Amino acid sequence: MRNSLIIIKKQVKDTLKNKTVLIQFILFPIMALIMENAIRIDSMPELFFTKLFSIMYIGMAPLTSVASIISEEKEKNTLRVLSMANVKPWQYLFGVGFYVWIICMIGAGVMAAVIKKEDIPFYLLVMAVGFAVSILAGACIGIFAGNQMTATSIVMPVMLVFAFSPMLAMFNENIEKVARFAYTQQLKVFMDGMSFSGIKTDNILILAVNAMLMAVLFFIAFRKKGLE
Amino acid sequence: MIRCNDVFKSFSEKTVLSGISFNIGDGEIFGLLGPSGAGKTTLIRILTGQLSFDKGYVTVFDKEVSSLLGEDKKNIGIMMDQFGVYERLSCIDNLKVFADIYKAPYDRIKSTLEEVGLKDAQNLPAVKLSKGMRARLALARVFMHSPKLIFLDEPTSGLDPQTMRQIHKIILEKKKEGCTVFLTTHNMEEAYKLCDRVALLNEGVIVENDTPERICRKYNHQKTIKLHLSSGEDVVIPHESNSSEMIGRLLSDGSIETIHSSEPTLETVFLELTGRMLEEDE
Repeated sequence: MRNSLIIIKKQVKDTLKNKTVLIQFILFPIMALIMENAIRIDSMPELFFTKLFSIMYIGMAPLTSVASIISEEKEKNTLRVLSMANVKPWQYLFGVGFYVWIICMIGAGVMAAVIKKEDIPFYLLVMAVGFAVSILAGACIGIFAGNQMTATSIVMPVMLVFAFSPMLAMFNENIEKVARFAYTQQLKVFMDGMSFSGIKTDNILILAVNAMLMAVLFFIAFRKKGLE
Repeated sequence: MIRCNDVFKSFSEKTVLSGISFNIGDGEIFGLLGPSGAGKTTLIRILTGQLSFDKGYVTVFDKEVSSLLGEDKKNIGIMMDQFGVYERLSCIDNLKVFADIYKAPYDRIKSTLEEVGLKDAQNLPAVKLSKGMRARLALARVFMHSPKLIFLDEPTSGLDPQTMRQIHKIILEKKKEGCTVFLTTHNMEEAYKLCDRVALLNEGVIVENDTPERICRKYNHQKTIKLHLSSGEDVVIPHESNSSEMIGRLLSDGSIETIHSSEPTLETVFLELTGRMLEEDE
């Protein structure tokens, strides 16, 4: 646990100097706040931009940042140096994952500023679950890719599917039929209802299958590639 | 400090190390010489417990290497051929990460940076450091927690002669402080200058293991003496008792400018034993 905290501390210092990762964390919360307050259209659903950007945030920020952090450490050999200093792979992965989760939750907290007080716990819970699944997906890619270039090329299509399919599903029924199998689409459904009562068994089932799939892929990638 | 007995290691079908045996005593600088791909880094990874091996026995600090505990590993410092520094972090922040991991006091950071000549660059991000400075930062990371056993994997590879000399000086100072150093290199001058003993590794096999001087003397087949005369002429004479008369005569004439013995270098010994040069590509 101590080593994980050291990783988190290191990651905070590093992120403040890493514009590429930093912008992923702050872009969507700021965009959501600006758009929600600046654009008013009569027929627009309540919290349209906040919900839309929240789902995009889930599908983008944790996925790309975790993949980028892990693959960079592999490429630059710093991960090897950490392992030689007796930092265990799980300590490192937990440190990076938890750090990204916390930063994203802070971002979600910013976006929650426009949500009704009574809905905030539900909103944050949905975001927390979404971030966790995305972090697993990002870790799979980071572990699997040998360097940042490969990680980026794998992240892009995955991120596009998870981040944008819920938005596209709003405009096209056929896309919605496919997108419903993505965890981000299910989280969008949760967010639209904004209460536990609106959640159906199949929503939970699809979300659970997505999470399990990511976990299985993570263990396969880790067993096959490790952190070398 | 280290005992390595009949170690074998293969990756898939390829045998990387084959019957490696040697001992390293306390406070010794042991050099492992071999060209790229000879198995040097694999051996370091085995000796530091990062990689398992197929057969043999390895002890470090008189303990089986696989049973080394976290506390034992704190007495080991490792610098790999790629320095692995956090580019966006300053030199101080780079070392702070490892000071936290090794529970080393923060006041060691500044003194170690001073020791490796990076005091003036302590607040610079690593990305702005030259290759030589990065090498010294990586060395600082190794020394900061005062390990008893240090592994240096090609620490001066690709560095300029001045930085190389600085690093050699630091390594020799660590030896004086009682550290045991395991050094891999394909630079025979470096090995000759720094190492108490060297092992020549070729294709996973140690082909020679002794002090650099003894190895060079052992393979001195030519047994000749080269004289450079003041006339500019070079004369090679056999290293025999009846040559002494000729040398004496030339010395009394004042016609000898320099006298060179002709024992081989480690490079030529390696070439003789393996048919390969130390610095040739794979």
